[in-house]
Amino acid sequence: MSTRRLRSKHLLDIESLTKEEIELILDTAVPFKDLFTKSVKKVSFLRGKTIVNIFYEPSTRTRTSFEIAEKRLSADVVNITVSESSVKKGESLLDTIRTLQAMKADIMVMRHSCPGACHLLASRLNASFINAGDGPHAHPTQALLDIFTIREKLGRVKGINVALIGDITFSRVARSNIWGLKKLGANVRVIGPATLIPKDIEKMGVKVYHNLEKGLEGIDVINILRIQRERQQQMLFPTIREYNRLFGIDETTLRRTDVLVMHPGPMNRGIEISDYIADSPQAVICQQVTNGVAVRMAVLYLIAGEGDLNEIND
Amino acid sequence: MKLMIKNGRVVDPFEKLDEKLDVLVENNLIKKIGKNINTKADQEYNASGKIVCPGLVDMHTHLREPGFESKEKISTGTKSAALGGFTSVICMANTDPVIDNQATVKLVHYIAENEGVVKVFPVAAITKQSLGEELTEFGDLYRVGVVGFSDDGHPVMNAEIMRRALEYALMFDVPIMDHCEDLDLSSQGMVNEGYYSTVRGLKGIPTISESIIVGRDLLLAKYTGGKIHLQHVTTKESVNQIRVAKKEGVNVTAEVTPHHISLTDKEIINYDTNYKINPPLRSEEDRKALLKGLKDNTIDVIATDHAPHTVFEKDQEFNHAPFGIIGLETAIPLIFMNLVEKKALGISQALEKVTKNPCRIMKIRKNGLREGEVADITVIDPELQLVYTKKMIVSKGMNSPFIGKKLKGFPTLTVVNGKIVMKDRRLL
Repeated sequence: MSTRRLRSKHLLDIESLTKEEIELILDTAVPFKDLFTKSVKKVSFLRGKTIVNIFYEPSTRTRTSFEIAEKRLSADVVNITVSESSVKKGESLLDTIRTLQAMKADIMVMRHSCPGACHLLASRLNASFINAGDGPHAHPTQALLDIFTIREKLGRVKGINVALIGDITFSRVARSNIWGLKKLGANVRVIGPATLIPKDIEKMGVKVYHNLEKGLEGIDVINILRIQRERQQQMLFPTIREYNRLFGIDETTLRRTDVLVMHPGPMNRGIEISDYIADSPQAVICQQVTNGVAVRMAVLYLIAGEGDLNEIND
Repeated sequence: MKLMIKNGRVVDPFEKLDEKLDVLVENNLIKKIGKNINTKADQEYNASGKIVCPGLVDMHTHLREPGFESKEKISTGTKSAALGGFTSVICMANTDPVIDNQATVKLVHYIAENEGVVKVFPVAAITKQSLGEELTEFGDLYRVGVVGFSDDGHPVMNAEIMRRALEYALMFDVPIMDHCEDLDLSSQGMVNEGYYSTVRGLKGIPTISESIIVGRDLLLAKYTGGKIHLQHVTTKESVNQIRVAKKEGVNVTAEVTPHHISLTDKEIINYDTNYKINPPLRSEEDRKALLKGLKDNTIDVIATDHAPHTVFEKDQEFNHAPFGIIGLETAIPLIFMNLVEKKALGISQALEKVTKNPCRIMKIRKNGLREGEVADITVIDPELQLVYTKKMIVSKGMNSPFIGKKLKGFPTLTVVNGKIVMKDRRLL
């Protein structure tokens, strides 16, 4: 297994992965997760590699998850957080990243507010790029950890019914989940206000619901997306209160306890998800976070790691 | 000084000519057109197998000077025009300062006379600084030679101002040219709203953003009797509305770009900013509607919207890169490949949209290749096939999605005022 690799040295989005590559990443994440139960949670697959985590948008969980994954693989890690305002006065994205590349960084993990920012860099520069979120476009490692969690909990992905609920238009998590879940044979639906469902999304092979109750019929997994207050200011829905009433998940709207509840975080408790559901046994939100580290280790290992996976058990 | 263009297929939409003829130019005028002219000329150009037509006119060019000389200059932009077979360009007013005053018009004329390779006809802004708030001095601007008014790059969002512009321009019988876009509907949009904007997470510009302003402008033109020219239309609904308005006698003309008839929004899939254009590349259904509109003459003109930018501006995140591509040097091959060769239009009808129609709308020339007329002539080799490379480009802008592509049907001779400015793909 350790000799298998991804076709590309980048992870830019899920749409460019094959079903087999997605499965390879998920399978590779399993032994890395086992590592977390050991007293020394560290392997040397990325020893001597330099990784730069460059975040043009604030992030706590994804940045920390990547950093922990990288350190557990023994990489040398540098974190850069850039505020959007300083970017506007400063040099171009290409020049900034070119500078980091000149310092011989091997892998760059980047979050950026512009869709396609990682694609631009990958097409011009030599380092490996991992997309940690590019605007509303893609968040491939989030989708991989979500699918890993579904597979772990339900034993399979093919044929299960998954609903993504909330702001689909601006959600990179939604897009990447749709691609990944569809490739692995799941049935995907999106549920949300008509103003937050992007045009022609049915062509991605999903069903669209604007009614929560109908959307939840026969569902196995729900993935609840964070609702941004900013969208209300953009007149995309009238009030947060009404959003909660029409699309909020609580013990009255979700009565079945066998439905797996996921949320990529950070949660707005009382808006898209109630305390009761968030803290219920059917919610696997913290397990998603744990799995995130394992999945990111798998991705980094498959892109640049050296050594045999069996070393984990040595 | 005599120039003989020998044995070409003369296609002249003005004179309704399409036959094998010789054209003799003496000094700056067409001296004679006929079969087998036996006159000794100083220069002879063998146009056998080629098309000889009246000099092409681009009705929508951004020359960028004054103000944005890092993108383009009048000298480089007119060289690009000459290489593309154009003998005249109508240049837009979104320079810095904006062409909204007599001094800037005179400056453009002055630079064009001294450094220009082809003829330059500026339009002036409809509103001061193209802010959409106060009309410019149409009368004074007309007096110093502007051929029309446009806030291109921006729409005139206020319908009352558009109404007054249409009425006021009637006194000078010049067109009001509008960039049709409802800024509220397209706010921050970058590409056509549809499947590709959805999968790539790029904010969409809906077709209605254009079609609604097209509809508004048609109603205003009908109400005022004004002369409206709709720039770079891209949607099926726009074409349908223009068709109906023309039947009702509205004084409307419209243009499409060569890229909107050649490409669709699927091209944006790789985030290549050379496909970031405003209005955006639309769907195949829209593209087909444009072809139909060209065929039934709902669309009068093909104009490039030549929009040069620097490399560093285009080499950015898709959100931050400016809209626009260069177009003067690829317009004719795109027209020949996508319209003539695919039999969407005949040669004469295709050429009418880059010769007779823009001349009629802008009132810059009445006749075509007629004895005694000024000798602005273009020769096109419909069989000349080349891979379009950066090295070929003479515009300062390198922002073309056609670089590396095989194109066919290039101009091989451009004659302005009887003088050869481009011969066999080389500028003279």
